[in-house]
Amino acid sequence: MTVETAPAPAAPAPAAPARRGLTLPSGSVITTFLVLFLLVAAVTVPGFASTRNAGFLLLDVVVIALIALPLTLVVVTGEIDLSVASTVGLSSAVMGQLWIAGLPLEAIVPLVLVLGAVLGAVNGFLVTTLGLPSLAVTIGTLALYRGLAFVVLGDQAVADFPRAWTTWAISSIGSTGIPTVVVPLLVLIAITAVVLHATPIGRSLYAMGNSEDAARFSGIDVARTKLWLFVATGVVAALGGVYWTLRYGSARADNATGLELQVVAAILLGGVSIFGGSGGLLGVMAGALLLASVRNALQLVNVPSDVLNIVTGVLLITAVVAPQVTARVKRRLARRRPAS
Amino acid sequence: MSAPLTKTPAPLPEELAAPERTGRRGAALVQRLVVARELGILAALVLLVVVTVIANPRFLSGQNVRDLLLSAAILTVLAAGQTMVIITRNVDLSVGSVLGLSAYATGTLLVVAPDLPLVVAVLAGMAVGAACGLINGAIVATAGVPSLVVTLGTLYAFRGLDSLWASSADRLQINAADLPSGFKSLGTARLLGVPVLFLVAVVVVVVVGYYLRTFRSGRELYGIGSAPEAARLSGIPVGKRVLTAFVVNGALAGLAGVLYAARFQTLDTTAGTGQELFVVAACVVGGVAIFGGSGSVYGAALGALLLTTIGTALPQLGLDPFWRDAAVGALILAAIALDRALQLRLAARLRGRNARSDR
Repeated sequence: MTVETAPAPAAPAPAAPARRGLTLPSGSVITTFLVLFLLVAAVTVPGFASTRNAGFLLLDVVVIALIALPLTLVVVTGEIDLSVASTVGLSSAVMGQLWIAGLPLEAIVPLVLVLGAVLGAVNGFLVTTLGLPSLAVTIGTLALYRGLAFVVLGDQAVADFPRAWTTWAISSIGSTGIPTVVVPLLVLIAITAVVLHATPIGRSLYAMGNSEDAARFSGIDVARTKLWLFVATGVVAALGGVYWTLRYGSARADNATGLELQVVAAILLGGVSIFGGSGGLLGVMAGALLLASVRNALQLVNVPSDVLNIVTGVLLITAVVAPQVTARVKRRLARRRPAS
Repeated sequence: MSAPLTKTPAPLPEELAAPERTGRRGAALVQRLVVARELGILAALVLLVVVTVIANPRFLSGQNVRDLLLSAAILTVLAAGQTMVIITRNVDLSVGSVLGLSAYATGTLLVVAPDLPLVVAVLAGMAVGAACGLINGAIVATAGVPSLVVTLGTLYAFRGLDSLWASSADRLQINAADLPSGFKSLGTARLLGVPVLFLVAVVVVVVVGYYLRTFRSGRELYGIGSAPEAARLSGIPVGKRVLTAFVVNGALAGLAGVLYAARFQTLDTTAGTGQELFVVAACVVGGVAIFGGSGSVYGAALGALLLTTIGTALPQLGLDPFWRDAAVGALILAAIALDRALQLRLAARLRGRNARSDR
């Protein structure tokens, strides 16, 4: 007799293995998938494993991963922010206009970050104070902020930013090919991971996502927490706007159009439930990297980039449908067991 | 909800009859508010038109109005379909891609077989859309996965399919010169001075509106959106109804694709990109609650008309056209804030009535 089966009475026994299955860190499936994909691509796709290519791949994923950090927290609480890409665009436009006005970048960057905080606070105010659904609110501000970006800068492009800044944005660490900007990104990832997974604040976000009423009754200030999350998302999106402008060396009102869907896709692919209350940062980062790597690998074998949309879509649907199907199969098996 | 409101019931004991009567008066109150909400959008639309006409009398010239109606037609058809989906507490973000795919399919069909009757081309476009809707609906209804995620996935997948088709057929763009003249004349045809494409949109709105209001299965869509679990328990085939809503929405997005092909006559794989947000915006502005259960297709159609009018009115008012997106965004926010205020007042008034009748 093994230790496991000995004390178990008939009824609760089937539940035990299922519970053990859940203790795997969230996102481990997608991370495994990412590692396998990277290995296979490195062997089969010529040029994929080169330092040059790795550098390009990472540069492409930086802004998506950056914005995904606060947005993951927002989605965990059961809300969503679709206005992030428009915040990137508006930040970029304001940055360009302030540069034309003759301000130094050292002054522009903090101003743009403050702007991001204000834009995030508007979302947060409408959602928490007025109690409006975040999906509808941020579709509204998606249009509003993008529109304001065009009002600020029109259809012109500002491209004469100082060389030192723009080359830094695409520089790499020594000869490794790893972009310099990955270092601050890793710091931010670490901070967000600690906040989400190792602090009471992080636990309270999951609590809100699972049951807002229960969270409120247990003493969590739901509205204030959500408000600050929206503000943080705005600030980080503005930071993304600054980086986007420097990386492409061009401030434009239409910068990062449609990026919100890519960020949300990475978050959902990473195993975060759209209804909130579950998921983790490891999965989200793996999801963002997986989407970028698959695109990159297929581009190297000359698949037209538009066609890659099929891969993004199918990956996303598979990622949400597969756990549902396995859960249903498990439930059916569990139901059958006591009968037989 | 669908109970006949005019029939007087058999005399009931007082304690039973009282809540029943409040329920009815409550329903009438809700109905009044819905009508008021639609009149509100109509008033906003009229106000916008009047202000614009004062600034520029030529705004109401024949050609200008026709252009406006043509532009509104496509968005209106999309909004009519989307309303059915949103009412069931779902959303379809893939409509822009479905529009693109069906426009390209219709275009290709007409290039390959220019002598095809017009009706066949229209039906083919709708069939492509319905197939896309079937995929969306089947995944949402059977896998129990949120529609926001599924249709975000198919937004990418259908667009990619469009590109794959265009690049493998080596026909990246379909030009006006390639299309048969019979089809092209559809884009400019008029009946009694009104563009035919707009009449198509009006017919769609009236049919969908009649269905949602009158048919039992139409009322059940509202029931599903108000309380999915209650709907299931009361015997409504939730999965089947949701699937139907997605298929109809797909077919209408396909129809919008055909209208797009007829209006613009130059088709590439970017047709309809980003439309999904404008469609949802039109519904929300029109008073369709984003979490289902309330709203009407007439409101959504007015919303679509209002959004399109803003786009054309701003330049006439001397404002930079760049203001359009900002105005649309502000309008969405105003609309949902208004809905919330109405909802709170309604809840307070219904509470007040119930409290009085309890005494």
